[in-house]
Amino acid sequence: MLEGRVLEERLIRMQRQGEGYFWIGGPGEEAFNACVGLLMKQGQGLDYDYLHAHYRSSATLLALGAPSIDALRQMHNVKTDPYSQGRNFVGHFSKREWNVAPITSPIEVQFSIAIGTAHAQRRHGGEGITIVQGGDAGTAEGDFATCLVWSSRPNAELPILMIVTNNEWGISTHASTQHGEKNIADRGKAFGIRTAICDGNDVESAWFALEEAMRYVRNERRPFLLQANVSRLYGHSSSSGSNYVESETDCLNVLADKLAARGFRSPDETKRLREQIEASMRAWYEQVITEPKPDPEDAFDFVFADKNHVGGEA
Amino acid sequence: MATLVQAVRMALHVGEERLGVTDIFGQDVGPPLGGVFTATQGLRTAWNTPLDERGIVGMAMGLALAGQKPVAEIQFCDYAFNTIDLLKLCGNTYWSSAGDWNVPMTLMTPVGAGIHGSIYHSHSFDAQATRIPGWKIVMPSQPRDAYGALLSAIDDPNPVMVLLPKALMRARAESEAELIPGEPDARELRARIDAPIGDRSAWVPDWPDTPIEQLPIGKAARLREGTDVSVVTYGRLARVAMRAADQLRAQEGLSVEVLDLRWLHPYDWDAIAASAHKTGRVLFLNEDTEITNFGEHLIRRTCEDLFADLKIAPRLHAGAHLPGVGLAEPLEAASVPTMASTLEAIREAARAPEVGRSLRDVPRVVRRAPVVDYAIDPRELAGHAAHRDVFARSLRYR
Ligand SMILES: Cc1ncc(C[n+]2csc(CCOP(=O)(O)OP(=O)(O)O)c2C)c(N)n1
Repeated sequence: MLEGRVLEERLIRMQRQGEGYFWIGGPGEEAFNACVGLLMKQGQGLDYDYLHAHYRSSATLLALGAPSIDALRQMHNVKTDPYSQGRNFVGHFSKREWNVAPITSPIEVQFSIAIGTAHAQRRHGGEGITIVQGGDAGTAEGDFATCLVWSSRPNAELPILMIVTNNEWGISTHASTQHGEKNIADRGKAFGIRTAICDGNDVESAWFALEEAMRYVRNERRPFLLQANVSRLYGHSSSSGSNYVESETDCLNVLADKLAARGFRSPDETKRLREQIEASMRAWYEQVITEPKPDPEDAFDFVFADKNHVGGEA
Repeated sequence: MATLVQAVRMALHVGEERLGVTDIFGQDVGPPLGGVFTATQGLRTAWNTPLDERGIVGMAMGLALAGQKPVAEIQFCDYAFNTIDLLKLCGNTYWSSAGDWNVPMTLMTPVGAGIHGSIYHSHSFDAQATRIPGWKIVMPSQPRDAYGALLSAIDDPNPVMVLLPKALMRARAESEAELIPGEPDARELRARIDAPIGDRSAWVPDWPDTPIEQLPIGKAARLREGTDVSVVTYGRLARVAMRAADQLRAQEGLSVEVLDLRWLHPYDWDAIAASAHKTGRVLFLNEDTEITNFGEHLIRRTCEDLFADLKIAPRLHAGAHLPGVGLAEPLEAASVPTMASTLEAIREAARAPEVGRSLRDVPRVVRRAPVVDYAIDPRELAGHAAHRDVFARSLRYR
């Protein structure tokens, strides 16, 4: 969680310094997203969980074991960026080795694509499930309805966990001005989909809600819709200023208070830990800014595949 | 002798039995109907979906990512327009993930006019499809080509779009050479693989044994050989052009070459160039609307690369830039090329006066590698406020 925050703060700074063109990311979602990463059944292929994530999922990737430096590389759009080799914005992860499908900019499309990996897993059986995640404003797109309908077809229910991280904002448009439904999770009910709402700012609430939802999807092979209420701590993206929003609950403070109250980690220890991570992050950053950009002719790579990688050809 | 739609069905059967196809799906694709054009009758892996084109394309993408081999159908291309951002995403997934995830899926959809389909069953899709990089696109005009196109699409590790001319669904091969190896005669084939009328719940098809015969990707077919004028076309109008060429040869002594491109991407530039070199007169023919038409791209490339070979400016005969193809016959005839208008367009191209050699005597275009020129040096940006419009500083290529 802490590394996720330090990473995002470094990314924001890089954008401001002109070391990257655009920032978008997950400060405010670390508590919930770290739990997603820790609870996912990590691996490649149908027996493991597929993740169709949102562009605020850095803490999920770190929890899975992705190194922070790779996110810095994508921010600086260098050729060493393992997720897109300098082609895509930061936060647009992709890692086939861990079933992390490419994160894309068009809002909500992942809810239409996720039904496909879930359908393959339904047929395959076993424990692997599909996890798909997006924001609250995006649920107005048809792709969200697609996911509700296709995951609950009679006798063809899908092992899919739909997650809506609800920060109550689109870019500048508040949910209360556009949405009449009381809770987004309620939309699952009409389809007989089990639902829950958790406090995504609280690690314990997030952990137990996710654990329960994943256990249900894994065992029952049926869909689940989980709404996680979260904060948006640095605004939408660099285009809206990316300044810290004091009025929002900060999940790191919630956790630090709990750790201190229960005698696990004092505020001083937390502070020292943060400083250590910041020092590492600075060193990674200094390395990344020396790495080369892609060459113009690299643009012509990877238009067509000559092997079926996803089908197992090496 | 198989119809084009029977050829598609036989190919899908070979695909699911021998090339690993896991899912064939779309609206009304599974039993009992087996597709509104019967393209998917009797197939083991065919299933019905909700009425949701975005879901169909998304399902195919997800299945492909999960290592399956999906073939999705959009019932009419007229209803594929709400999927275009997913089609773009599908085309860019391998590229944007820098080679991490390829998307091996086939999308087939009926296209074009000619069945009195009114405004929403007459759309073409070739202009849209060729605007989406990362896809291979094929549009067969012959049953055997359709058979091979499906098998090539299924076997390819990339997204492949198979555009099936609606008006040719019941068309048959024109000669023995165009038969699919192993196919029985028309009557026997119908008895063996067409679902019976009425209750078909107990029916099982008896598939003929046909081979894995692919349609070479990016290769055109020369349907008629000629020396006076080249017609470069595909789909429904390939057959119109063929008949027009026969008539013009018999009645007016014109020698018309007809190239059926078959693959719109990658397309057979060598075949176009060779034909243009021979005749010096090129007519591109398709039925999509004429503004930002795929034929316009081919004209541009013909002008740039083949100018010195040309006797006349290359031409395009295409659909009129109208909001729709009207239902009444006179309206449809005014909207898309007809036999009469095609004959006229070929005649005009064959007989137009040759332009002077001095005009054509120009050096050939040499393609340059792109040169990157930063509109703003990224170093200059240090310390600036964070919320400037980032998109203004995009790369400029020259
Ligand atoms: C289809 C689409 N429409 C519009 C946009 C521009 N856009 C980017 S983020 C965003 C707001 C998304 O809000 P939400 O779904 O709640 O997710 P959040 O960013 O709050 O996590 C918009 C409108 C987009 N990326 N994709």
